[in-house]
Amino acid sequence: MVLKAFFPTCCASADSGLLVGRWVPEQSSAVVLAVVHFPFIPIHVKELLAQVRQAGRVGVAVLGTWCHRQQEPEESLGHFLEGLRTIFSHKPWFQLCRERGSNLWSCKATRWQKPASASAPSEDQVMLIFYDQRKVLLSQLHPPAALPDCQAGGATASTRGLAAIFDTVARSEALFRSDRFNEGLVQLSHWQSEGVEASILVELAKWASGPVCLLLASLLSLISAASSCRVFKLWPLPFIWSKLSTWEQLTHRLEQLTFIFSTQKAENPSQLMRKANTLVSVLLDVTLGLALLSWLHRKDCIGQLADTLVPVADQVAEELQHLLQWLMGAPAGLKMNRALDQVLGRFFLYHIHLWISYIHLMSPFVERILWHVGLSACLGLTVALSILSDIIALLTFHIYCFYVYGARLYCLKICGLSSLWRLFRGKKWNVLRQRVDSCSYDLDQLFIGTLLFTILVFLLPTTALYYLVFTLLRLLVVTVQGVIHLLMDLINSLPLYALGLRLCRPYRLAAGAKFRILEHKAGEPLRLLMQINPLPYNRVVHTYRLPSCGCHPKHSWGSLCRKLFFGELIYPWRQRGDKQD
Amino acid sequence: MEEEMSFSDIYGGRLALQRRCYSPSCREFCLSCPRLSLRSLTAVTCTVWLVAYGLFALCENSMILSAAIFITLFGLLAYLHFVKIDQETLLIIDSLGIQMTSSYASGKESTTFIEMGDVKDIIINEAIYMLERGRQSDRLPHVPDRDPPGMPTRGRCSAHPGPHSVATRAHSSA
Repeated sequence: MVLKAFFPTCCASADSGLLVGRWVPEQSSAVVLAVVHFPFIPIHVKELLAQVRQAGRVGVAVLGTWCHRQQEPEESLGHFLEGLRTIFSHKPWFQLCRERGSNLWSCKATRWQKPASASAPSEDQVMLIFYDQRKVLLSQLHPPAALPDCQAGGATASTRGLAAIFDTVARSEALFRSDRFNEGLVQLSHWQSEGVEASILVELAKWASGPVCLLLASLLSLISAASSCRVFKLWPLPFIWSKLSTWEQLTHRLEQLTFIFSTQKAENPSQLMRKANTLVSVLLDVTLGLALLSWLHRKDCIGQLADTLVPVADQVAEELQHLLQWLMGAPAGLKMNRALDQVLGRFFLYHIHLWISYIHLMSPFVERILWHVGLSACLGLTVALSILSDIIALLTFHIYCFYVYGARLYCLKICGLSSLWRLFRGKKWNVLRQRVDSCSYDLDQLFIGTLLFTILVFLLPTTALYYLVFTLLRLLVVTVQGVIHLLMDLINSLPLYALGLRLCRPYRLAAGAKFRILEHKAGEPLRLLMQINPLPYNRVVHTYRLPSCGCHPKHSWGSLCRKLFFGELIYPWRQRGDKQD
Repeated sequence: MEEEMSFSDIYGGRLALQRRCYSPSCREFCLSCPRLSLRSLTAVTCTVWLVAYGLFALCENSMILSAAIFITLFGLLAYLHFVKIDQETLLIIDSLGIQMTSSYASGKESTTFIEMGDVKDIIINEAIYMLERGRQSDRLPHVPDRDPPGMPTRGRCSAHPGPHSVATRAHSSA
C-alpha cells in the first residue's frame, strides 16, 4: 500500500518542529494533527500526548519531523532531526520538508528493518493529502453507521477508510485547546493556535439555556399532567378527541416542546440535530401563525368570514336539495324505481332540513367562536390549519352521514346480491372452510331466493346512483381535508435547520470527501487536496425528516377502489393510535 | 504524462478522452462530451415560440408569450444545470479510492468517491447495446457479473454518450 500523510493546511506555513498525530496501520495512513515547535522538553511532549490519548481514546504519537527551511539545509538541523528519531521512536518515521517561500515539498518515510539484517533502512515514497482541519473537525460524516464507535463514545477510534480520518480529528479536541497565547509547556501549531474560536452569543445562550429549559420543562409537565387527568378520560371525550385533528396536532406539538426543553443533554449528534430541527420548525410555525393572525385582524377577515359562513352553508344545503330533487326525478335520463327513490330522497331531504335548522341556531355565536379560533393561530399555523380541517369536517357532517347511509345500503345490497347469486347457481358460502361449496336447496328456498334476487337486481341502479353521488361528494371533502393535512405534514416534518446548515455551512453535513490533485512536477511527491463533499439536499431531507402526526393514507389505490366497489366505508386519513379495520 | 484520443458518438459529435498519469499510484481519465450546439438550441427556442405565438393568435392573451419566454429561460437553465454534462473524470488513487466527477454545462460539479475498501472488483464493459430511445446510452446494460447474487452494487460510472466509449463498472460490497 502507498503511504499517505494527511497534513493540515494550517500547518503548511508553520515553523519546523515535530509532527504529532495518529498512525493508522490498516490504511497505511498518518494523520498529522499538530506541529510541536522547538524548544520543547521531550518528557512534556510525552505527557501531553498521554493526556490526549486518555481524553479522546485515540492513539496519538509523534510521527516524525517537519522542516520549513531556507534554500540550503543546515547540517546541524539535519543531525538534530535525526537525533529526535531515537527519542520518539515510531515506525515509520516521517520526514516532511518544505522550502520557505516556494512550493517545493519533499516527504519520505523510513522504516527500520530488523536489527539483525545489515541492509539500510528502506525509504518509501509518501503521498501528501492536505485537509482543512477546522472543517473536518466540525463536519459529521453520513451515514452515521460509518462511525459506530464514535457514537458509543467509549470504544476506540475507528479504522475504516475516511471515517478514520474524521474520527481521529474529532477525538483529538484536547490537543486543540491551547493556543499560542497560553503559557503552556509545549508550543503547538494547529487550526486554533492563532486563538481559540469562541462566540459570546453561544456562551451566553449556553448559560441561559439551563434555567430556561428548567422553567419551560416544569411548565410543560404541568400542562401534560393536566391534560392526562381523569376528567378527560370519561367517555365520550376520548372518542371525540381521537376524531379531532386539532387534538392530535396539539399533542404532537406538546411532545415536541417537551423534547426540546428537556433538561437532559443530547447524547449524540443526531439527537442534537433533531432538537435543533424541531425548535426551528416550531419557531417557524409560530411565526407563520402570528403572521396569519395579524392579517386576519387587520382586514377584519373574521367578521367577513362569519358573515359569509351561514349564507355559504345555506347555499350548500340548497344545492344538495336541488341534487336530491334531480335524483328523485330522472337523473341523466335513467329510469329509477319510483318508490325507493321517493323514500330515499325524502329521507335525505329531511336530514338537510335538520341541518339547516342547526346552522341557523348556531349563527349568532359563529363570529365569537371564529374569533376565539383565530386566536389559536398564535400557537402555530399547523394548529390553525388543523382547526380549519375540523371546521370543514363539522360543516360537512351531513354529507358524511349521507355517505354512510348510502354506503351501508349499497353494501347490504351487494352482500345480498352475491349471496343470492350463489343460491341461483346452487352454491353456498361455507363459513367454516371460508370457501364456496355446492349446496342442494329445496324448491321453496330456490323460489324465494330467486324472487329476492330479482328484486334486489332491479333496485340496484337506484341505490347505486345514490351511493355514487354521495361517495363523490365525500371524496371531494376528503380531498380538501387531505390537502390541508399535507400542508400541515410538510410544516411538521421538514428539517429546516438541517437544510439551512446545508445551505450556509455545507461542510457540516458531509457525504464523504473529494480529492483534487495539486500541481505536480516530476520527482516531487504527489500532493492532493481533500475537500468535504456535502450531502445532497434530498438526502438531508431523508435523513433528518422529523416524525409527523402519522395522518397518512393507509390504503393503496387498488384496495381503495375495491372498497368503493363493495361499499365498505373508507377512512383514508387514519389518526395515530386508531385501530385498523 | 498526458495522452489524448478522439472519438465520435452516434450523433457525430466529437468526444475527447484524456489520460493522465500523475504518478505510478495515481491516474486520471477525462472524457469531454460535445458542447451544446447553437443549432439545436435555436431549433428548440423557435419551436416553443412558434407554438406560443400560435396559441396567442387563438386566444389573444399576451400572458402566453410571457409564459413562453419564462419556459424557455428556465427550461434552458434547468437543462444546463441538471442534464447537460460537459466532462466526466475518473480519478484512481492507489489504496485511497476511485473518484468520479461529472461537470455540468452550468459549472456544477457532482463528485462521488468510492473508497478502495468498498470496491470488490472492477469489470470493463466493452459492448454497449444501443436501444431506440437515446437515454438508454446513459445506462449500462445488464451484464452477468461474477459476484454472487444478492451482493448490492454501488457506484457505477459510464462515459456519457456513444457506444465507442469504454464503460467501467465498479462493484462494491457496502
